[in-house]
Amino acid sequence: MLKKRIIGIITLKDNIVVQSIGFEQYLPMGSLAVAIEFLSQWGIDEIAIIDISATAQNRGPNFSLIARASKKCFTPLSVGGGIRGIADMRKLNQLGAEKIIINNLAWREPEIITQAAEIFGSQFVVVSIDAKKKRTMHEVFSDSGQKPTGLEAASFAKKAEQLGAGEIFLNSIDRDGKKCGFDLDLINKVANKVRIPVIAAGGAGQALDFYEVAKRTKASAIAAGNFFHFTEHSPIVLKSFLKNKGMPIRLETYAQYDGATFDKAGRLAKRAEKYLDKLRFMYLPEEII
Amino acid sequence: MKKNKIIIIDYGIGNVQSVANALARLGYDFAVSCHAREIQAASSFILSGVGAFGEAMKNLKKRGLIEILDEEVNAKKKPLLGICLGMQVLAESSEEGGAHKGLGWLKGNVVRFPETKTPRIPHVGWNTLRITKKAPLFERTGEAGNYYFDHSYYWQGPQNNILASCRYGVEFAAAVGQGNIYGVQFHPEKSQANGLKLLRGFFSRFNR
Repeated sequence: MLKKRIIGIITLKDNIVVQSIGFEQYLPMGSLAVAIEFLSQWGIDEIAIIDISATAQNRGPNFSLIARASKKCFTPLSVGGGIRGIADMRKLNQLGAEKIIINNLAWREPEIITQAAEIFGSQFVVVSIDAKKKRTMHEVFSDSGQKPTGLEAASFAKKAEQLGAGEIFLNSIDRDGKKCGFDLDLINKVANKVRIPVIAAGGAGQALDFYEVAKRTKASAIAAGNFFHFTEHSPIVLKSFLKNKGMPIRLETYAQYDGATFDKAGRLAKRAEKYLDKLRFMYLPEEII
Repeated sequence: MKKNKIIIIDYGIGNVQSVANALARLGYDFAVSCHAREIQAASSFILSGVGAFGEAMKNLKKRGLIEILDEEVNAKKKPLLGICLGMQVLAESSEEGGAHKGLGWLKGNVVRFPETKTPRIPHVGWNTLRITKKAPLFERTGEAGNYYFDHSYYWQGPQNNILASCRYGVEFAAAVGQGNIYGVQFHPEKSQANGLKLLRGFFSRFNR
């Protein structure tokens, strides 16, 4: 059975990993290679690197940074930000990206979607949509959420699909970094309109938020950035919670949280003293591949 | 030149770096190349691939790799592992972007997922396998592991060549092979521990 994917977003600004809040405020986090190594080892289903300063600074992707980081990545990697055309896509592909994410480029030159799909296959082309709620509709914004385009999110997604996109990466600008839950209305509008997989992002605050998306929308994958920072084993703990709730989740990391209990929001509950006592004398050998 | 070298075939569109990273992690002696001399000196091959079928065949032809590999793989019986598109090109034909002829080294054809039976195309994400033959790929992996898939087309061919199948609307071949030629539809290089164990299994059998 196909599992719901849990995707870790790594937002890059000036070549360092940052937390993004409402597409406006940014908190520095650290090195890309370290972030990738941890997420990959902690069993994340996919990693998306998004370089938000590339287009703004009128430059392409930072290839050497991506090349160094991809060496640590044994999970699917998609890369976005600053992609100017087919040549950049080819280079990223050769450096270890399974997919590329395009935002501004898809909006400015939609025909590039078709061109890229013909060369690399549809599965390679992910179109990112940054949407903001405007009365009853959701409007697409370009340039890292700065400029309104007048387009409606679901119809733009449909157009991208028709042009040959393989997936839609859907981000809610209103919810970004707010920890208030995903915009289910937006996700539903888009996921019900297209037949390609939709990745939902923006608003993860607690484990329960991921469950809500899985239960109430047809999103194929759920993504978060800030949510995974500062907490050890954050993807494993989240996935254990979701699996306990009956969601189809891949949980195959060497470190396990079998028998763990969670509070309502999905935070790990403290184990019984008896178990902790036993744990002191448990021998855990390293995994051999 | 050392013995037992693995060559990752470079034909311009494959995602060779990911495969290289995985082989480096496993500690194998390998190189990424499209040169006849290096290919002839190697002991086994990986044909990876992210891309469209027609483009892949065009590039293989353009670089003159078909004849070289045919000699090494079919005549000298050196082991070859095709990954994703690299597996699909081993088939006789594909319907991706019009009808294309494949290498035809393994019986079978590549067809698109039927729109009416699958929830969404492409089939992207982690899915479980039903393993029918353990050797030589699944000897070190668990029974019901998850592997990463990303494709819109799949292999259809004789049952006895299928090592593992997977379900996404339809039941399709996830791993195929015979003799010294094998192919996997999923990406072992991106399937974390399971994928690395698969590669370890393959090369510890064939690359001694």
